[in-house]
Amino acid sequence: MLNWLTQILEVLAALLAAPLFIGWVNQCRAWLQNKSAPSALLPYRNLRKLFHKEAVLANNASPFFRLAPYVVFGAMVCAAAIIPTLGTRLPFSNAADAIALVGLFATARVFMSLAAFDVGTAFGTLGARREMLVGFLAEPALLMVIFLASLISTSTALPTISEGLATRALGLYPSLAFTGVAFALVLLAENARIPVDNPATHLELTMIHEAMLLEYSARHLALMEWSAALKLFNYACIGFALFLPWGVATGDAPRPLALLAAIPILAFKLFAAGGLLALVETVSAKLRIFRAPEFLATAFLFAVLGLLVHLLLGA
Amino acid sequence: MNETGFDLQLLNTFAALLLLSSFAMLSQRRVVTMVNLLAIQGVLLGLATLLLAWRTGKGHLYVSGAITLTLKAAFLPWLLHRLIRRLGVYWDSEPLLNIAGTMLVGLLIVIFAFGLAQPIAALATTTTRSSIGIAVAVVLLAFLTMITRRKAMSQVVGFLSMENGLFFGAMSATYGMPMIIELGVALDILVAMLVLGVFFFQIREQFDSLDLHHLESLKEEK
Repeated sequence: MLNWLTQILEVLAALLAAPLFIGWVNQCRAWLQNKSAPSALLPYRNLRKLFHKEAVLANNASPFFRLAPYVVFGAMVCAAAIIPTLGTRLPFSNAADAIALVGLFATARVFMSLAAFDVGTAFGTLGARREMLVGFLAEPALLMVIFLASLISTSTALPTISEGLATRALGLYPSLAFTGVAFALVLLAENARIPVDNPATHLELTMIHEAMLLEYSARHLALMEWSAALKLFNYACIGFALFLPWGVATGDAPRPLALLAAIPILAFKLFAAGGLLALVETVSAKLRIFRAPEFLATAFLFAVLGLLVHLLLGA
Repeated sequence: MNETGFDLQLLNTFAALLLLSSFAMLSQRRVVTMVNLLAIQGVLLGLATLLLAWRTGKGHLYVSGAITLTLKAAFLPWLLHRLIRRLGVYWDSEPLLNIAGTMLVGLLIVIFAFGLAQPIAALATTTTRSSIGIAVAVVLLAFLTMITRRKAMSQVVGFLSMENGLFFGAMSATYGMPMIIELGVALDILVAMLVLGVFFFQIREQFDSLDLHHLESLKEEK
């Protein structure tokens, strides 16, 4: 019973906290860049405004275009249900392991890109192509990160991995440090953050993610933006599950107290991670799009080095 | 996961960072940054040697650690920086292979080196024997750095990095070479650096460039 409660609580927390997390990152970024910061609640207001508007569709948009936001949003909610953010005994996690999780992200990406191709505008096509370029390079790096964690804990189920890593003896693990760097690079690339894409610009030739959303309006746009926030939230939580697995309610029957304690711990981790993300985005400059493969090759290199070092040194 | 002491974990971390610095050198376009990476590699190597000396209680390792720190982490990078300033070579021309391709080749080399070192590590009796694979990988990656560069300066940095790899290999396989050999090698490197410094000026005077493919044209002049 408590397991199901954990499951429901987790999905609700992801849905509600994701816009706040984005808002917090934007606020930190504005502070660091000496701008007057928008409220951290701005994404909520934005979503409410968009849900109340009337949807406008392009003339030649197919039903696929209208379907895509729901599929993308659904994939992100499913992903949020698998990732152990509050407790590790999740009934839903039996349905899919970490590799399926990467598949869920890929599904969302494919639908989003196809929908962007669907209307046939120049910007949508451009954004979709770039998104696929970044995606196909980031995915192997993410898989390598997950493979290392699976090797260490001999399981591909994310809750088991997280529990295995949390109960390991404390020590210096160069392999985990390398894959941590790889994961951070993948997170930046996959969520259209600054070295690869600038989330704050519209209508520039450099944009990737925003270019795909130009044709959307009202509730479709709201769902797309909400799923982008969920994606960042999910990535952050995968990072916590792999590299900061402490504080999550573990054990066969999570006690209500551990579950209650997990909520402020998660909030604190998100608070710190958001500040760190804003700092990374402030100190780095945007890469030329043709340097993005190099950036992701570095991520892949770090991940594979972590794997090899683990195999050689056992550390 | 077997329990290992903190000092061994630290040694393993140094080994992993050495490998990482080799990759960083491989992917670097600027000669100045390559020299800085070489200095970092020297510091890592020196610290690893001192840590191993403390762990095993072997006196001669302290000496070679001190030599490494003064020579490879301080003096040689300083000499190279001075040469770079006086010759005005800050950038290498575009490497022969693009960076992402070089990195992938580098990864294959690391896998090969780890496989190559396995029988050697099985014979060694030191506690650091698992790092032999990393030492072999550092040597081969330095080779790759030399192969993919055109400028004499970057090739010299690759050469010095290769020596670092050899030193680390000797350290992890047999707790360092005998003192007399280590002193000889250190002196060799020092003299080689000084001679190469003179060479650079000669090459530049002859060809107005440090690009080594000019040297190939000598063959046709007969």
